[in-house]
Amino acid sequence: MLYLDHAATTPIRPEARAAMEPWLGEGYGNPSGIHEVSRRAKAALETARETAARLLGAAHPLDIVFTGGGTGSDNLGVAGPALAGNRRGGVATTAVEHEAVLETARFLERLGCPLAIVGVDGDGVADPAEIAAAVGPGTAVVSVMAANNETGARQPLLEIAGAVREAGAAVIHTDAVQSFVSEEVTLASTGADLITLASHKFGGPKGVGLLVAPRSIALEPVIHGGGQELGRRSGTHNVAGIVGMVAAMEATAADRERFRADVGEARRRFEAALAGSVDGFAVTAADRRLIQHSHVRFPGVSAETLLILLDGLGLAGSAGSACHSGAISVSHVLAAMGMGPGEAAGCVRFSFGWTSRPEDGDDAAAMVLEALEGLR
Amino acid sequence: MRALVAMSGGVDSSVAAALMLDQGHEVIGATLKQWEGADGSMPLHGCCTVADADDAGKAAATLGIRHYVLDYVDEFNRQVVDPFAAAYLAGRTPNPCIECNRRVRFRALLDRASQLGCEVLVTGHHARIRRDAGGFRLLTATDRAKDQSYVLHMLGQDDLARIRFPVGEMTKAEVRAEAARRGMGTAAKPDSQDLCFIARDHTSFLRERFPAIAQPGPIVDSGGAEIGRHDGAVGFTVGQRRGLHLSVGEPRYVLEVRPATATVVVGTRRDLLADGVSVSQMSWVAGAPPAGDEVEVKVRYRSDPIPAGLVAAAAGAWEVWFDTPREGAAPGQSAVLYRGDEVLGGGTIEDNLRR
Repeated sequence: MLYLDHAATTPIRPEARAAMEPWLGEGYGNPSGIHEVSRRAKAALETARETAARLLGAAHPLDIVFTGGGTGSDNLGVAGPALAGNRRGGVATTAVEHEAVLETARFLERLGCPLAIVGVDGDGVADPAEIAAAVGPGTAVVSVMAANNETGARQPLLEIAGAVREAGAAVIHTDAVQSFVSEEVTLASTGADLITLASHKFGGPKGVGLLVAPRSIALEPVIHGGGQELGRRSGTHNVAGIVGMVAAMEATAADRERFRADVGEARRRFEAALAGSVDGFAVTAADRRLIQHSHVRFPGVSAETLLILLDGLGLAGSAGSACHSGAISVSHVLAAMGMGPGEAAGCVRFSFGWTSRPEDGDDAAAMVLEALEGLR
Repeated sequence: MRALVAMSGGVDSSVAAALMLDQGHEVIGATLKQWEGADGSMPLHGCCTVADADDAGKAAATLGIRHYVLDYVDEFNRQVVDPFAAAYLAGRTPNPCIECNRRVRFRALLDRASQLGCEVLVTGHHARIRRDAGGFRLLTATDRAKDQSYVLHMLGQDDLARIRFPVGEMTKAEVRAEAARRGMGTAAKPDSQDLCFIARDHTSFLRERFPAIAQPGPIVDSGGAEIGRHDGAVGFTVGQRRGLHLSVGEPRYVLEVRPATATVVVGTRRDLLADGVSVSQMSWVAGAPPAGDEVEVKVRYRSDPIPAGLVAAAAGAWEVWFDTPREGAAPGQSAVLYRGDEVLGGGTIEDNLRR
């Protein structure tokens, strides 16, 4: 199977697996305890926190909040500032955010937080001035993703952050779940106050993530309990998961140059081969996207059928967003970009990752062409 | 051969997939997602639930075949739900299962099968297909108690040439035993009985969609005298006895529903008797009407066929006259014509006929 669905999840990196191993065995301690077993786990946890803080440009290790994944981080990053101080602060976000942000924002709206959803252009990119215009005195949080999970389209985060700070005092949250694997992500590089990362998108284990959250920013917790993570995210620490995630972060940071070279070449070959052979073939946000995403459109083709044929040939891709049943529905991201259902139905996402080699681009294009042959 | 198996998550389609595998075919399983709530979820009750999709996926995993959930939500809404609602609002009793088979399931899946390079479409229906010099014939199932030929009457020659019903040759007990032998989780799952999730609770479904229909009105006798009240005419079905809440001596049955005036007309069992039905949208399995006018007809799913005479009326319209009068049928349901164990065709009941 040639796997080009790394934006959904990517194979675990050997460094992460090795780092986790001791904490799945003898290192079983709960870090919140007074004895030797706990102390060892606590030391591993805090070492991981220091490394994460350094990689993400946080001033202090305690500015890292470990969570149960990207969705948990997004919930805390959006609801935390909106509800802090028992307020019902306003939320401003874009129409192309991940459901973890959009659904949290809609939930907050039901609780009485004013919600503004800003549109995007045909590439799925938001206009900093439009976002700033949605910020008012009551706006508590602005959440804009670093890059889109479906298309890879990058938002001009630094400009957005600048415009938002001129317009008001809102906390800026960004979901950088897709970006970290291929681009440096720090508080300085994004201009944000809060950053969401998900471990399994860059070669760590699933079920763990983090939110960069400087202690000066007041957050109402969304998970209540024993007060771990300064009360901002209760629950016994997933020590093996956290250690594995941070090992994957280090490996990712060290491997980025090679990643960009290999993935960039694989994608270049893939898209060049298809552009030369498929009528009407189009690449989404071609000049404004992450290096690993290839969101492409085959006019008149059902993405659903194409993906089934590709699965049969041994190529894994994806389309839209899969729900619990696994059915593919038309994506809110493409709708926000102004695509009609007919156009959106022909869109497929291929996403390259750390295991991709340049020649994967050739092989994948050959399989797509073979599948398209069968469809015509 | 490559086969696309429509897997509903029930025992019949699971075993159908297994039998195709046994015959050495390459099998791809597909489950249709036809409905979703505002949150994108599939129904929790009736046919086509999210649990059914999961069961289909598990059965496919047990067999080691590929399985996909295909999105037909828009088509199902347009082709089945909207016409279903419109027919009910017009005082008829539509059959969503048949409309789904006619307009969505078979056409969509046959199209998909060819796109995926599958020579045949396989379902778990209890019915049989035979080929002879005259072409393809659609026959009732080996297990007459589980026969589903009624909901398949709209299939024609081109369809039957590309469809297989492997479990139609087996009794339900044999199907369950086969599933159990293979360790399939669906072995003991109760039958869905072709009960669409819409039909299962259609009154509340319709009231949710069309709040205006909860308009109270009179229940009148065949002479027009008001003998009771109801709190919404939609949902009453011709022949229905329950739910009228009338305090009159002899049991009363619904004879007619008049949505325009929110009136429900009732009468005695004798008043309900009809001599036949008029039928529209007739389709013939053979592609043409049968020779001779002697047929048997089923005017509801779970009833035995009764002898009748077939008469061509105006263009495309037919009359089916019962040999002996019987309780009238509900307009909107299907009249399916048989000769022995062979399905000749069928159509939609427009009205009851009385001599």
